[in-house]
Amino acid sequence: MLGIIRTIWMTFLHMFHRNETVQYPDVKPYLSPRYRGRIVLTRDPGGEERCVACNLCAAACPVDCISLQKGEREGRWYPEFFQINFSRCIFCGFCEEACPTYAIQLTPDFEMSEYVRQNLVYEKEDLLISGPGKVHDYSFYNVSGLKIPGKNKGEAENEAKPVDIHALMP
Amino acid sequence: MAKIVIDGREVEARSDVNLLQACLEAGEDLPYFCWHPELGSVGACRQCAVKQYANAEDTRGRIVMACMTPVTEGAIISVEDPEAKEFRGEVVEWLMTNHPHDCPVCEEGGECHLQDMTVMTGHRERRYRFDKRTHNNQDLGPFVKHEMNRCIACYRCVRFYRDYAGGQDLGVFASHNNVYFGRHESGTLESPFSGNLIEVCPTGVFTDKPFSKMYSRKWDMRGAPSVCSNCATGCNTIINERAGKVRRTLNRYNDEVNRYFLCDRGRFGHGWVNAPTRLRSAGYVINGDMTPVPAQAALDHFGKIAASGRLVGIGSPRASLESNYALRKLVGAGNFSTGMAEPEHSLVKLAVSLLAAGPARIATMHEMEQADGALILGEDVSATSPRMSLALRQIKRTAFNKAADQARVPHWMDASVRTLGQDTISPLFVVSPTVTDLDGFAQDAIRAMPEDAARLGFAIAHRIDASAPDVAGLSEAEAASASRIAEGLLAAEKPLLVSGLQYASAALLQATANIASALAARGKTPLISFVLPEANSMGLALMGGLSLDEIAAQTADATLIVLENDLSRRLDGAQFEALVGSAASLVVLDHSVTPTAIRSQVTFPSAAYSETDGTLVSAEGRAQRFLQVVYPDAPLQAGWRWIADMAQAAGLSHVQPWARLDDLIAEIAATMPVFARIPEAAPAADYELEGTPLRSQTHRVSGRTAIRANISVRDIPPPSSPDTPLHSTMEGSYSTDMPGTLIPFYQVPGWNSEQSLNRFQQEIGGKMRGGDCGVRLIDAAGGSGTFSSGIPEAFRARAGQVMLLPEARVFGTDEMSMMAQPIADRAAPAVVRVGGTVAEGARVRLSLGGEIFTVDAVSDPSLPEGVATCPPHMVSRSWSVPEWVSLEITAPAERVGTESAV
Ligand code: SF4
Ligand code: SF4
Ligand code: SF4
Ligand code: SF4
Ligand code: FES
Repeated sequence: MLGIIRTIWMTFLHMFHRNETVQYPDVKPYLSPRYRGRIVLTRDPGGEERCVACNLCAAACPVDCISLQKGEREGRWYPEFFQINFSRCIFCGFCEEACPTYAIQLTPDFEMSEYVRQNLVYEKEDLLISGPGKVHDYSFYNVSGLKIPGKNKGEAENEAKPVDIHALMP
Repeated sequence: MAKIVIDGREVEARSDVNLLQACLEAGEDLPYFCWHPELGSVGACRQCAVKQYANAEDTRGRIVMACMTPVTEGAIISVEDPEAKEFRGEVVEWLMTNHPHDCPVCEEGGECHLQDMTVMTGHRERRYRFDKRTHNNQDLGPFVKHEMNRCIACYRCVRFYRDYAGGQDLGVFASHNNVYFGRHESGTLESPFSGNLIEVCPTGVFTDKPFSKMYSRKWDMRGAPSVCSNCATGCNTIINERAGKVRRTLNRYNDEVNRYFLCDRGRFGHGWVNAPTRLRSAGYVINGDMTPVPAQAALDHFGKIAASGRLVGIGSPRASLESNYALRKLVGAGNFSTGMAEPEHSLVKLAVSLLAAGPARIATMHEMEQADGALILGEDVSATSPRMSLALRQIKRTAFNKAADQARVPHWMDASVRTLGQDTISPLFVVSPTVTDLDGFAQDAIRAMPEDAARLGFAIAHRIDASAPDVAGLSEAEAASASRIAEGLLAAEKPLLVSGLQYASAALLQATANIASALAARGKTPLISFVLPEANSMGLALMGGLSLDEIAAQTADATLIVLENDLSRRLDGAQFEALVGSAASLVVLDHSVTPTAIRSQVTFPSAAYSETDGTLVSAEGRAQRFLQVVYPDAPLQAGWRWIADMAQAAGLSHVQPWARLDDLIAEIAATMPVFARIPEAAPAADYELEGTPLRSQTHRVSGRTAIRANISVRDIPPPSSPDTPLHSTMEGSYSTDMPGTLIPFYQVPGWNSEQSLNRFQQEIGGKMRGGDCGVRLIDAAGGSGTFSSGIPEAFRARAGQVMLLPEARVFGTDEMSMMAQPIADRAAPAVVRVGGTVAEGARVRLSLGGEIFTVDAVSDPSLPEGVATCPPHMVSRSWSVPEWVSLEITAPAERVGTESAV
C-alpha cells in the first residue's frame, strides 16, 4: 500500500522535471564523430580508394555481414565488390578496428530504415565516399612495399633505393 | 629410438633425425625457416636455437641450432629456456628489419610461415626505424608472382629449385643484406616444378599468380581432398573453393605418392572447371551451337531416342570409375567401350597384365626416390608423368647418401651430403629416342629409337639372366651399353624399371617386363612402373571393354552414349565421322563443350572432379577418391546420376537409381572382384569423427550472411550432398587424426601455413596419423615371371619417308589442363623437330590422318636422319602414335603465302 502511494508520488514529482524527450526527427540529437553508425569506405589523401581488399574486416565481423573480392589494378589491390548486409550488422565497430588502412569507418548516421530488407544490402557504390573520413592523411601504400602507379620501389616511407643486384660492393 | 629430455619432459625420439625434427615430433612449437622436411637442414636462418645441456648437472648449457644437431641418447635440451627464447626473438627481429608492411596486400597473409613464426617468438613491436632495403621484382611467367622485398634469405627456394628439382634458371644474386633470389632477367621459370616455390618459400616472395587473380584468404575457402586428374600419376591435392569457384590447387601429402611436391600441370591445370567452356545445362545442338534446354525435356527426348533401338556406350579414361561402371551397366558389357582407340587400348591392357603377372612390385614414387639403380626405357617421363620424373631425379641422392654413410654424416645434413656426393655416379640409366630432362641426372643417357630401345631392353634382360631370349644383330656399342646397364641393375638392391606408352610400343613394355623377370630370377626384388596416358587409364583397363575400333562395328543404327570423352582426340576425321555418322543418334555426357559434344543430338552436363566425389585408379594401381568442394547448381550432377536418370527416362529397369555414391561403390565392389577393395579408398559419406562429420571450412570463414546477399538477403540452408563425407560448412570436427583422404586443409593453432602438416604425420616424412591414402588394386604376382620373345626388328630409316614420333609435353599435349588459361599461356607453340639439318625459319608440310598441316620446323641434331618429332594433339587433333610420313620442307624463302594450320 505504502509502495503504491510512493510510486504515485514519484510519478507526480516527475511532472516538474526538465523534459528529456527530443522531438526527433524535427530536432536531431547530437552524436559524437566516433558514434558507431552507418559504415562508409573512405579514400586516401590522393583520392584513391583506401580499401586494399585484405579481408580483415570481414574476418573480424562477428556476424559475418561483410563480403568482398580482391581485384588488382597495376599493383594496387582493391575490392572488385564490397558488400555489407546491414540487416545483420550490429554496429560493433570491429571492422573499423581491424582495418589496416582506415578504409572502413563507422559514422554518426543511424537513419537507415528501409521498407524492403533487400535494400539494406549496401554495395561498394553505396559505401564509398569521396573523402578520407575521420583520418585525414594516412595512405597505406606509403608504408607498404608494393609498387603502384606513381610510387616505385624504394619510394615509400623509410625505404632505401632498390638494390643493384649486379653490384659486388659490400 | 633414443630418449631425450625436452624441458624436463622425457620423450622418445628417432635417432636418425635432428633435434628440430625431434622437437616438432614431440609437439613442441619450435620456430624454423630454412629447414624443410624434404630438403633437410643447412643452418642458414638461426631461428631454431635451443639450449643443450651437457648432462643433468650442467646448468649453463649452450645454445645450439636444433636443425644442425643430431639426436643423441640422453640429450637434454630446453626450448623454453629464457636465453634461447631471447635469441630466437632477436633472430626474427633481424629478419623482420627489412620486411615490408605488406601483410594486408600479400597473398601469403593468413597462411604465412613468417607470420606464424613471428607470433610464435613473441616479436610484436618493430624497433628498427631506419631505411629498409628494397628490390625490384621480376615477371616469372604465368605461374609464379615475385615480390622480393619480403625475402628473409632462408635459401629454401634455390635449394628446392636447383638442388632438388634440378632447375637452372633461379639463383642467388648480390651479397649480405642485399641477396636476391630470382632469374638473371625477367622471364618464365623453366622448371615444370616452379609452383612448389609457392609452398616452399616461407614468406610471400613467391605466390600463386593465377590464384592471385581470383584471390581469397585461406580462412575463407572451403577445402576438399582431391586427386590430380591431369595425368595417370595420381598425385594427391587439396582444392579450394569460394563462392562456387575453384580458386587453387595445393599439394596434399601422401607419403607414398607425391609427398611434398606437385608438378605445375597439376597445380595450375584446374582452371577449366571455371571456364566458359563448361556445360552448365542440358542442350541440343542446333546449327552447330549448343542450345540450352531444361533437363527434363532433354531426358524425355533421350527416352524417345533410346526406345527405338540398341544402346552403345563409350566410357572414358578421364571419367570416374563410378560413372564408367554406370554406363557399362546401362548399355551392357558387350556394348561398352573403354573409350580408348587402338593401339592405346591394347597397350594399356598389356601393361596392366604385365604388371599383374610379373614378379616386380609396382613402385610407389617414394620407392622410386630411394631406388639404388634404375632404368628408364623408351619414355620421356619428365613430360608424361612430371611428378614421377621429380622422384626419379632424387635417385642420385641414393649415391650421395651412400657417400654420407661412409663419412658418418646424417642424411638430413643437406649441404654436407651434397658436397660428399659430388663425385658419386648416379645409378640411373635413360634410354630414349629424344633428349629428356632426366638425361642430366643419369649416369648414361642413350639415344635409341623405340624399336632399338626395346632391343636393348631385351638384350639387358638376357645379360642379367641367360634364360631370357637374346637379341641377334646388336651393334658393338649397343652390346656394351646392355652389359653396362645390366651390371648397374644387378649391383642394386632394389632396381627400378620404368617404361610407358608414349611411343605406343608393346615391345618396350615386354622388354621392361623381361628385365624384371630376369632380375627376379637373379634374386633381386625389382620394382617396376609403366606410365599410362590418363588419370583413369588403369581403372578402365581393369574394368574392361571394347576398343573404339571394335565398338565402331556395333554402332550402326544404335544410340551412342559418350561419357566424358572427346572422340575427336582419339579418332582421325574419317574414323570419327564413320563412328558418329553410323549411329542413329549421339548422346554426350560431359563437363565441357568438346568437338564431340558439338556433334551430339542431346548433351547432358556432368559435374567436374571438383563438383562430385569419385574414384580414379592411378598408374600405380592405387584407387583414390576425390571429393567435391563445389556444390554446383542444378542440373549439374555426377555422370552416374545422369545415367540413372537416363535409364528412368528410357524405362530401362535394370539400372535403378543409386541414392548415394556409397551404394554405387558397394555395388561395383560386389560385382567386379578386381574392384572389391575400392570402398577402402576413402571413408564412406557417413564417416564421423568424435561423433560429428568433418567440416570443410575453417572456423573463421567470413561473409556468411553477406556473400550472396546481392542475390537475396534471405539466408538459405547450407548445401549438402549425400555422397561426400565432408560437411559443407564450418560445423563439424577437424583434428590432426583425421584420415589422410579426408583432409580439407592443414591448420593447427599457431600454425596457419601448410607447414602445420608435421602435426598430421606420425613422424615427419612418415605416414599420416589418420592412415593411408588410397588402396592398391593390383600388384605383382611374385614368383620369377616369364619371358617374352617378341623382339622387334631394328629401326631402319626409309628413303623418302620420315618416322614421326610423338613429343609429349608437360604443357600442351594434355587435354583438360590446356583448357586452363595459365597452362595454355605456358605451352610453347607446336613445332616439328627434324633430325639432321633444317634451315632456320623453315616449315614442314605433312599429312596426318588425311589432313595436311604446315608447321614450323626446328632442326634437332640429337635425332637421327629420317626421324622427326611432333607434339601429339597440338598439330593434328587426333595424332599421337608414331607414324611414317612424308615431310615436305619449305625453305624460309618460300614461306610467303603458306599459312599455319595450327
Ligand atoms: S560493425 Fe561489427 S557487425 Fe557491423 S560490419 Fe562491422 S564488424 Fe560487422
Ligand atoms: S579491413 Fe579495410 S582494407 Fe581490409 S578489406 Fe576491410 S575495408 Fe578493405
Ligand atoms: S610474407 Fe608473410 S609476413 Fe610478410 S607480408 Fe606476406 S604475409 Fe606478411
Ligand atoms: S625467396 Fe623465399 S624461399 Fe627464397 S630465400 Fe627468400 S624467403 Fe627464403
Ligand atoms: S631452421 Fe635451423 S637454422 Fe634455419
